[in-house]
Amino acid sequence: MIELAQVVKTYEAGLATPFTAVDGVTLSIPAARLTVFKGPSGSGKTTLLTLIGCMARPTSGRIHLHGLAADALPHLDATEALEITSLPERFLTAIRRRTFGFIFQQFNLVRGISVLENVLLPTYPTGEDPRAVEARAVARLESLGLARHLRASVDRLSGGEAQRVAIARALINDPAVIIADEPTAHLDSRLSEDFMGLMSQFKEAGKTLLITSHDPIVYDSELADRVVEMRDGRVVSEA
Amino acid sequence: MRPPLQRYRNILDFALSSLLRRKGRNLALLSVYALVVFVIASLVFFVQALKHEARELLVQAPDMVVQRLVAGRHDPMPLAQAEAIRAIRGVAEVQPRLWGYYYDPVYGGNLTVMATEDADLAPDAIWIGAGVARTMRVKESDMVPLRGYDGQSTLFSIQKVLAESSELVSADLVLMAPKDVRALFHFPENLATDLAVQAGNPRELPTIAAKIVELYPDSRPILKAELLRTYEAVFDWRGGLMVVVLASAVLSFIIFAWDKATGLSAEERKEIGVLKSLGWESADVLLLKFWEGTVISVTAYLSGVLLAYAHVFFFSASLFEHALKGWSVLFPRYRLVPALDGYQLTVLFFLTVLPYTAATLVPSWRAATVDPDAAMRS
Repeated sequence: MIELAQVVKTYEAGLATPFTAVDGVTLSIPAARLTVFKGPSGSGKTTLLTLIGCMARPTSGRIHLHGLAADALPHLDATEALEITSLPERFLTAIRRRTFGFIFQQFNLVRGISVLENVLLPTYPTGEDPRAVEARAVARLESLGLARHLRASVDRLSGGEAQRVAIARALINDPAVIIADEPTAHLDSRLSEDFMGLMSQFKEAGKTLLITSHDPIVYDSELADRVVEMRDGRVVSEA
Repeated sequence: MRPPLQRYRNILDFALSSLLRRKGRNLALLSVYALVVFVIASLVFFVQALKHEARELLVQAPDMVVQRLVAGRHDPMPLAQAEAIRAIRGVAEVQPRLWGYYYDPVYGGNLTVMATEDADLAPDAIWIGAGVARTMRVKESDMVPLRGYDGQSTLFSIQKVLAESSELVSADLVLMAPKDVRALFHFPENLATDLAVQAGNPRELPTIAAKIVELYPDSRPILKAELLRTYEAVFDWRGGLMVVVLASAVLSFIIFAWDKATGLSAEERKEIGVLKSLGWESADVLLLKFWEGTVISVTAYLSGVLLAYAHVFFFSASLFEHALKGWSVLFPRYRLVPALDGYQLTVLFFLTVLPYTAATLVPSWRAATVDPDAAMRS
């Protein structure tokens, strides 16, 4: 479970034009479920997920991971609640690497290198056996129908293919939580349905799924266990 | 491979792949960078090689040379003075030397013709330096005509081409019997060009020199140390002159490299954010940028130094020789013998590789230490 208590994120705090993107959010997110965050642009959905995913620290408030970061920090007793907002940068990086897999709205693939290299990027700092991780990456890409694009440059992929590469990359370290930011924003309806099909498989595999979206294909999906609606940085409804 | 080593290798692989992704930009940078290293290294090699040649030359030089000056004009020494100088306390040996410059109008170069008492030298034969052989395109057993003071040519057979341990010593040298030198230059029997003086104890040389001047006020003793200082000063001065000329090019490069190295493009900044979001630590990003900077700067350094080596020692520094070898028109073309100074190469390494690598790290460090979401939004 992920627990947020009075989480606030203010950009440019202390300057002339501070902007509060997340304003006192308190929330419990169950593990192994699909939670959708919906709301208009600027409502704070993406910022909230970057805080949960250890990509930024909240200005105030606490975030606890319950039993999700045990793989990331084996030397800590992280099987129970782990308060992440006060952890040193090194620990946050380890959690980001092991616990979370990110699928970005713009996919954020590194241009100029191959599909396989992009998928392997999260494994480079781990120093794992390259043959083992490559075999894992190839298997993941094959399962996503990208076997023939392994050595192709990502610049030549279609939108749907690029997203599947981003999904393979998010899964390469076998994270417990998958965070997807507006994953269907650049996909047509058929590809959006395909994406939800993949999410269904990950949910069955026990992954915790956090998706921001204002696409009805996502938030009206039967897969969504919970829909959290946000506006102006606050949670306005939970269903 | 152990995980930490594998981590280094993975990041190095990715650094190489990143450099290839920006081929155009990196090749342009590498070319300019290597060119600057090439120019500076050529200069360093050239001056070092000339100094080395000068030192080689002076190793064989006598402790002191005594010339005669008549109102400032160099004049042959009477042989009788050699006996008087030999009698000075502390003088071990006095050897009259017979030599002179011979201008060859066909090849447009000055040769140094010198007498030798070497018993191996056959009658009517000469020994020549490698530079002379190259300039005249002759080899052992060939005949060479030399035109004497009266315009009459005398044929000499080449008995030996001198070894190339130091071309500055022997490049323009023609050794012949004393009688042939006297005949060629119409040199009187009772005179020598100068006197080579050896002292029993080199510390006594200044005292001996003072006594010679006292004995013969028109004489001019030149110590070996003075010759060495003069050579070094000339080569340093010439090298310094080139540095001034090249300074503007080097400064332009520094500005260019600084701009390329310190300015991260929006794409690079975003890439750092992506890597951090994927679980790269700031240290991993810095290692990546360190490898990128190191590969560029070490490659530029090595290629610049190798090209400079070839330029100076295989092509006789053809780009600089007119600036550095001011007397080359009157001198047979000679090849420099390689003389590398590890200290200077190390200084060059630290002056070229370290600043660039450091310059690439600073902006990357700034980008790598912010939250990944900020780097991605920027």
